[in-house]
Amino acid sequence: MTDALYSLSISELAPLLARREVSPVEVTEQLLERIERLDGALHAYLTVDGAGARAQAKEAEARLGQGEATPLTGIPMALKDVLITRGLRTTCASRILENFVPPFDATVCAKLRQAGAVFLGKVNMDEFAMGSSTENSAFGPTHNPWNRECIPGGSSGGSAAAVAADFCIASLGSDTGGSIRQPACHCGVVGLKPTYGRVSRYGLVAYASSLDQIGPLTKEVRDAALLLNCIAGHDHRDSTSLDAAVPDYLEGLGRGIKGLKIGVPREYFGAGLNPEVDAAVQNALKTLEGLGAELVEVSLPHSEYAVAVYYLVAVAEASSNLARYDGVKYGFRGEGRNLLEMYGATRTQGFGAEVRRRIMLGTYALSAGYYDAYYRKGSQVRALIRGDFETAFEKCEAVATPVSPTPAFRLGEKVSDPLTMYLSDIFTISANLAGIPGISVPCGFSASGLPIGLQLMGPPLGEATLLQAAYAFEQATDWHRRKPQL
Amino acid sequence: MALTKEEVLHVAQLARLALEPGEVELFTRQLNDILAYVEKLQELDTSGVTPMAHVIPVFNAFREDEVKTGLDRDAALDNAPGREEGSFVVPRII
Repeated sequence: MTDALYSLSISELAPLLARREVSPVEVTEQLLERIERLDGALHAYLTVDGAGARAQAKEAEARLGQGEATPLTGIPMALKDVLITRGLRTTCASRILENFVPPFDATVCAKLRQAGAVFLGKVNMDEFAMGSSTENSAFGPTHNPWNRECIPGGSSGGSAAAVAADFCIASLGSDTGGSIRQPACHCGVVGLKPTYGRVSRYGLVAYASSLDQIGPLTKEVRDAALLLNCIAGHDHRDSTSLDAAVPDYLEGLGRGIKGLKIGVPREYFGAGLNPEVDAAVQNALKTLEGLGAELVEVSLPHSEYAVAVYYLVAVAEASSNLARYDGVKYGFRGEGRNLLEMYGATRTQGFGAEVRRRIMLGTYALSAGYYDAYYRKGSQVRALIRGDFETAFEKCEAVATPVSPTPAFRLGEKVSDPLTMYLSDIFTISANLAGIPGISVPCGFSASGLPIGLQLMGPPLGEATLLQAAYAFEQATDWHRRKPQL
Repeated sequence: MALTKEEVLHVAQLARLALEPGEVELFTRQLNDILAYVEKLQELDTSGVTPMAHVIPVFNAFREDEVKTGLDRDAALDNAPGREEGSFVVPRII
């Protein structure tokens, strides 16, 4: 039982650890060796913490021996480099934080540590989570494990690639407009964005505060439920976190979906949807129907405005959030003869082009005379988008859609045209604007061998139903079992 | 509402960003493309619609006013580009 432990999911590995058939030290060593040998070709990791991981694995081993383990004790994980880790460099894939070593843990990291998880290191992303391809990383892009010429998706591209390539057992990412679900889709893994407020954002470096949410990227649906059990819940350090009871997300798995009403929004299946993606998702809908779900047609009429709303609301919040990078308290400092010159040099040399573009756009959208036309208008249309979902969820308990309009595109294909890049998030952005949960599960492959994902979205705090439906779908298919050849 | 190069420079200054020479033209074009796209929101009548922030409205997150230990001063200064005598050091202001 010592071969290929790296390829296991949490659900497969945890019982072996609990029965002490394998040691967390052994799994950790295997993963570190694999990352060292193979990550040169993918660049999923920005920081590998071998010494830290080995120490945590030893602690986990002791804990397992004392019978004080949780289902996450000894599970080696990769964390998106936007999550603050005490004593471990956190860069947000930006030059401006290249040498930043946080003095505290994000709440989710503290919870994982408490549960006994092992942190292998920090994984790549678009700078400050701004992007859909991980090409905006200041430290170079991540490659898709299924095809090195293609993007892994973004912004949690390092997380998705690391899970798909078996460079970790599971990962946490963040999702502001699709940044967990879209890379999960492109790399053929499971990605869950919880309801806004379900998981504390304390220690998640802020991009767009009213949209950001942390969630798991995993090899199977059950693992996403396990991780959500650990990280969900109220936190007094995040005043937007919800004071709602956390159910056991494992409970509904295996109950099946007989009689579950699943809405199919016609707006998500129109022109611009790649035929292979369309076919795979239609096939997935048939599978859900075969499992006893009832498909109902629903309409989300304001969907076509979602991208426009996002690029006002998100950038406005970003311009304000990123004002803190001024070269004074932490991070990179540029040279200047006076304070103003220093600010300009710091921010110009420290931020990449996409970050500066979004800061500029957000500054403009919030500037005197434009606030009503842009930020306020965007927030109003956002309310209409939420209203669409409220109406739809009167007729169904979840909606099923594609995750991304196409399979993973090629590296470099969209870098020179920001607007085209933005439009690749057309199916995922609405969930963030409405604040609702969404999950991406593998549902097929293109002829060229690239993964395709199915998205299920639910009403606020509807994660249990989404996990239940995604689990039923996964059990009926074997897409998630395929592994890329590295 | 097309942005001019002068406005782009003004916005950059507001955001404390110094643009490289070629970037003014590039950013002006790209920002105008995006603004032209978001213009489609004006098609919608939103009069009377309350702007939305949180999916489940959360009001007044109160907590007890207890004295707790905050971040240690040295730890807070550890990442500073410049520090001296327990303070952050910045270039001269006046």
